[in-house]
Amino acid sequence: MSDSQDNPITDEPELEQEPARKQPRIIACNQKARQLATMVLARRGAARALTQDPPPTQYPYGCTTVFAPGWEVDSGNGTHGLCQPIERDLYDCYHTCYWPAQVPDGVTNAPSWTSSCGAPMQDWKSIDLVFP
Amino acid sequence: MQLRTVLHRRFRDESGTEFIYLANSAAILALDEPTAAVVDAFVTEDGVDSEPWLKEQAKPSASELTLNDLIDLGAIRPVDETPAPRADLPPMPFPLATLVLNVTNKCNLSCTYCYEYGEDKLFDESTAGKALMDEKTARDSIDFLMRSSGDRPQVSITFFGGETLLNFEAIKTAVLYAEEQGAQNAKRVHYSLTTNATLLTDDIVDFLTTHRFGITVSIDGDKDEQDRHRSYKSGKGSYEVMEPRIKNLIKKNKERNGRPIGARVTVTAGATPVVDTYRYLAGELGFDEVGFAPVTAGLGRDYALGEQGYERLLHEFGVLGEEYVEAAGRGESHGFSNLGDLVRELHQGVNKAHPCGAGLGLVGVSTEGEIGLCHRFVESKSHSIGTVQEGLDEKARAEFLAQAHIDKKTDCAQCFARPLCAGGCYHEAHVRYGKATAANLHYCDWIRGFIDLGLKSYGRIQATNPAFLARFDQ
Repeated sequence: MSDSQDNPITDEPELEQEPARKQPRIIACNQKARQLATMVLARRGAARALTQDPPPTQYPYGCTTVFAPGWEVDSGNGTHGLCQPIERDLYDCYHTCYWPAQVPDGVTNAPSWTSSCGAPMQDWKSIDLVFP
Repeated sequence: MQLRTVLHRRFRDESGTEFIYLANSAAILALDEPTAAVVDAFVTEDGVDSEPWLKEQAKPSASELTLNDLIDLGAIRPVDETPAPRADLPPMPFPLATLVLNVTNKCNLSCTYCYEYGEDKLFDESTAGKALMDEKTARDSIDFLMRSSGDRPQVSITFFGGETLLNFEAIKTAVLYAEEQGAQNAKRVHYSLTTNATLLTDDIVDFLTTHRFGITVSIDGDKDEQDRHRSYKSGKGSYEVMEPRIKNLIKKNKERNGRPIGARVTVTAGATPVVDTYRYLAGELGFDEVGFAPVTAGLGRDYALGEQGYERLLHEFGVLGEEYVEAAGRGESHGFSNLGDLVRELHQGVNKAHPCGAGLGLVGVSTEGEIGLCHRFVESKSHSIGTVQEGLDEKARAEFLAQAHIDKKTDCAQCFARPLCAGGCYHEAHVRYGKATAANLHYCDWIRGFIDLGLKSYGRIQATNPAFLARFDQ
C-alpha cells in the first residue's frame, strides 16, 4: 500500500506543521447528533439577552420575533425610542402572545375590554379597567 | 440529582477516539477523554448523585460544563425521568411508497431452503390463488398504488415471485400502465425486480434496462455453492443455465449505464464462504453490490445457521468490512451492501419504531390482488390487510402496526441495537415463533455483533475520511 493511502493528509504536507488543535469535548458525528446539537444550542441561545455580546444568532419563536418593545429596554438599554404609550403593548400580549397573567382574559371574563378602543395610540384612555 | 447514562453502546476507533451510540436518539457522539470518563462514571443502575460527585472532581467547573452538555444531548438523564412518549403510529392512513407485486407463486427452481412452499406454513395449496397474476389485477394494483400513495412524488414497484420472470407478461403490462398513470398523477415510478436469472433472455434484459430496473439476482456463489441448494426439481443444478445470462445482463446494464445490479446470497449452514463468494460475485461476475442474508428456517432444519454459523458469518463480515472501510478512506464505494446499508442508517441516525416498512409504506400483493404485509406474507389469510380492488383494511393495518411497535417488545427494552433492529423481520418471527409481532430473540447476538461492526466501521471512516459519509446525508 502506498504512503498516500496510509495517510490521507500526506498530499497536503503543510497541515502537518500546524499545532495540534485541541479536540472539542463532544463532536456530533452523525446527522441525528447534529440535529440534537443544533437544538441544544438554539435552546441555550434563547436565554441570552438581546444586549449580550455577541448577540444571539437565533431568536425564539413568539412575540419577540416582531419589533414591539414596551416595558423592556431597547438594544442600547434605553427607553426613549420605545412605543408610546406603553399600553400599546397590551395588544401585543393580548392578540399575538396571549399572556393571561398580564392582560385581561378576553375569552370568558372580559370579552369586550378593548371594544371602545380601536386605536390605542390615540384613545388608549378608553380601554376598560378590569378588576380580577 | 440522581443521574445515569442512558442505554448506549460505547466504542473506539484504532486511534483511540472514544464514541458513544445513544439508543434513545440514535445519535453518535465522539468524546474527548475527560468526557468519556464522565459518561462511564454515570453508567450505573441506581444513578449517581451529581452534586457530591462534582465536588470530588479535580476541576468541578469543567466537569459541570461537560455534564451539562451530556444531559442536554440526552446521554445522561435523571434516573426517575419518564422517557418521552414515542409516537405510536404516524398519522394513518400512511401513504404507500412501495408495492411488491408477486406476479407468480410458481418457480422453475426447487431450492432446498425455500420458505414459499411450506416452511412458513402460509401457503396452502387448497386455497392458493392463481399461479400467475393476470393483466387486470396488475393494472388494478397500479391504480391502487396511485390512490394510496397520497402526495408522494415518487413511488416504487417491486416485482417478486416465485420466479418473477415466469410471468413477464404481467410485468410488462404493469410497467406500461404505471408509466401512463404515473404521468397522469404526476408521480415518478421506479421499478425493481428479484429473479433467479435462469429466464433472462435478451428481450427481457432490453426491457429491464430500458425501464431502469433495479435488479437483484438470487445467487449463492460459484458452481459448487449455487448447485448445493439452488437446483431444478430434477435435482440438476442451476449454475450452468444462469451464469451466461447473468454475464449478459451485467454487460448490457453497464453499457446502458443502468442502476447497480445486486446479488443476494442466502447463507446456510455448512460454511457458505462469504469472502470467497463476495470475490467471485463482485470480481468474476461483476455484480455492483453483494448482500448476504442468513436463511429463514424453523427449528431443526439442517440448513439453518447455528451459533457457530453466525459466529463464522460475523468473522467473514469483518474481513469484508475491513475492505469497505479502506475503500471509504480512498473515497471509493465498496459493494458489500450489508455494511453499506448499515453505515447509511447509522449516519442518518435511523431510529425505528417498526423493524421495516411492511404494512406501513410497503405492502405485498398476491397474484389475485390480496394485500399482505409484505411479499412474504401474501396469500396468508391471517395476515391479509385488504385487496387492491377494495383497498386497504385500515383497521387491520393499524392493529397490526400497533402490536408490532418496538415499545410492545419488552425483550428489546434494554438492547442498544433497538433503533436499528426493532425486533427484526416479521416473517422470520412468524416462522420461528408462529407470531409475526414477536421479537427474533434467536439472532440477538448476531444482530448486536453486526451493529458493533457497523459502529466501529463508522468510527474509522469518521476518522479517516468523514467526507465519504456525506453521500448518505438525507
